[in-house]
Amino acid sequence: MSARADILGRIGATLNSESDQAARRSAASARLSSPPVGLAPARSLVDRDAQITLFREMAEEAAATTDRITSLDDLPAAIAKYLGSHNLPSRIKTDEDPLLADLNWQAQPTLDVSSGKPTDADEVGLAVAFAGAAETGTAILTSGPDHPTSLNFLPENHIVVLPVSRMHGPYEAAWARMAAARDELGMPRTVNWITGPSRTGDIEQTLQLGVHGPRRLHIILVDDGEEEGA
Amino acid sequence: MLPDPRQFPKNARAALSDEILQAAMKRLETGFVARRTVAAGRLPEFEALRDAARDIKNHTLAHLDAYLELFEENCLAQGGHVHWARDTAEARDIVLEICRAAGAKTVTKGKSMIGEEMEINHHLEANGIEPIETDLGEYIIQIRKEAPSHIIAPASHVSKEQVSADFRKQHTGLEPNRPLDEPDDLLAEARAMLRQKFLNADVGITGANFLIAETGTSVIVTNEGNGDLTQTLPKVHVVLVSIEKCVPTLNDATTLLRVLARSATGQEMSSYTTFSTGPKRAADADGPEQYHVVIMDNGRSEMLSGPFREMLRCIKCGACMNHCPVYRSIGGHAYGSVYPGPMGSVLTPGITDLPSSVHLPQASSFCGKCEEVCPVRIPLPKLLRFWRNEAYEQGLITGVARWGLSLWAFAAKRPGLYRFFADLQMRLLSTLAGRRGRFSSLPFGGGWTRHRDFPAPQGKTFVSQWRAQKKDHEKRRGA
Repeated sequence: MSARADILGRIGATLNSESDQAARRSAASARLSSPPVGLAPARSLVDRDAQITLFREMAEEAAATTDRITSLDDLPAAIAKYLGSHNLPSRIKTDEDPLLADLNWQAQPTLDVSSGKPTDADEVGLAVAFAGAAETGTAILTSGPDHPTSLNFLPENHIVVLPVSRMHGPYEAAWARMAAARDELGMPRTVNWITGPSRTGDIEQTLQLGVHGPRRLHIILVDDGEEEGA
Repeated sequence: MLPDPRQFPKNARAALSDEILQAAMKRLETGFVARRTVAAGRLPEFEALRDAARDIKNHTLAHLDAYLELFEENCLAQGGHVHWARDTAEARDIVLEICRAAGAKTVTKGKSMIGEEMEINHHLEANGIEPIETDLGEYIIQIRKEAPSHIIAPASHVSKEQVSADFRKQHTGLEPNRPLDEPDDLLAEARAMLRQKFLNADVGITGANFLIAETGTSVIVTNEGNGDLTQTLPKVHVVLVSIEKCVPTLNDATTLLRVLARSATGQEMSSYTTFSTGPKRAADADGPEQYHVVIMDNGRSEMLSGPFREMLRCIKCGACMNHCPVYRSIGGHAYGSVYPGPMGSVLTPGITDLPSSVHLPQASSFCGKCEEVCPVRIPLPKLLRFWRNEAYEQGLITGVARWGLSLWAFAAKRPGLYRFFADLQMRLLSTLAGRRGRFSSLPFGGGWTRHRDFPAPQGKTFVSQWRAQKKDHEKRRGA
């Protein structure tokens, strides 16, 4: 007998004494086709402005820094300012998100911008988030042709651009946004929930940032003028 | 300390006089325990979420065959591979086969307790493949050739001075007099050493906190980002997981995630929660070309029948051991099992056997703190009691302990006799103790009095005091 048949057979033999196998299968399929929505923290069930405030508070509590700009056009300047204020290199590697396509990087001549998969030499990575979950200040990023996952982990400094129209309260609302996208593209290979920079407490429970992933996480919220999300 | 649960009494004694370990155990209290209290306290929904988490796991376990089949279907549909292993030996061979087929020389590893259970590092090494632990704590204990002493903080028993000495010994290519006194120095060195390992590895092995049937997805929860580099950069990603980690939907996993980090480290959410579904898509910028999920049983399907099903709700947060007075006195290694603490003492006899782990269910004072903090409300003291009972039934409790228990049981079934002897004992001890009110030595009580005084009883049993009070009360009411 195969290991699969053996394991499922043993589980089935136990469960058959309490329920019918076909009934189990149909109950399971039913839950998958209409997944119950869990209990969301009340603090996240607020309007967009309050969500943005909560998001920034929670992200900063998790040792991220945040900024808010009123137009995407201001992004190159905001990035130059951030890098300058932390004495970071001005060479950055970005993803190929359409949002970044028409930016006027030339307005910031100090920046040296390229896009695509990062290498070990890249010290600053910039990625556009798929969504934000205000309940814990979590940025949600997905993999795809324009979005290398390694950009979120290899460079020591991680800048995330989050258009405020993609801000949600609880995680489930972000899943709902993804379900809509999934109908078209399927589930992405990787969905990253990112709450603050890389950290460890493995040496004597002392909190230290930047173990293997980014030492710094900077999230720039952009007022993109679109009215979606919830 | 010997990694054998049969050595528990000897190990525990050694642990109690290990000063470095004792200092490390104190840090658990100010760290994880204090932070969990804060995190739970600031989320008004926390208790309701624990109920929801328990219910999701109960529902899943009652439909486990169906959800595992659905996980498999959806994982295959995304281009993943699913492998089934009855036990650790089968699981090891599956992983080795995948590594060989990939022509692997080095394998990076994210933290996985299932990997520990199947001793995968040893198996890979024995077959000429180098496994590299990348979680900082796991990296430290791999260098020290030790097992994890905690399921989420594997090196919590080690001091920074020890890490420093280990790094000097291991990283021989570096300047011998470099400063390595502060945690920051150690961190920077580990980061630099592991960077190239991530980039050069042929296979990346991670565990999984959850499998999601709805989408065929595996989930890892980490703080360092090592798991993500491990599963993104190499061309093959292998996930090691046990059958009870499966949950129905993304929403269900989300509810469980809300209680996991808060219970474990006291964080609102861990830094990185990553959902992986299949290999990289054809047009994707990066990601592994192959995605393998190895689903291991190793005794768990047997635990599904009977009282130990409740143990399978466990989401491996470590809260029970952080709060356990026994664990905090002796650390994880003393247990000699892969899983220490209260959850380990219930799980180990189930996935190995009771005769070799019979000491573990005894390693509890039944204070109940573990159950109080368990995010999925596993009645750990009750399950420990089931094992103790089972051990007695199977004749595994022998000698004085068995004789004493039998004698006690004989009396406990005869209330008159019990009261007579209890009363006699109370009076006797009270008289003997005299005004001092305590004993510094007692026949048969050396295990206690060697370390502390034994307080003398006041002279009356609870029942006799109760009766006297009741009589008194009635008299006053009558008057």
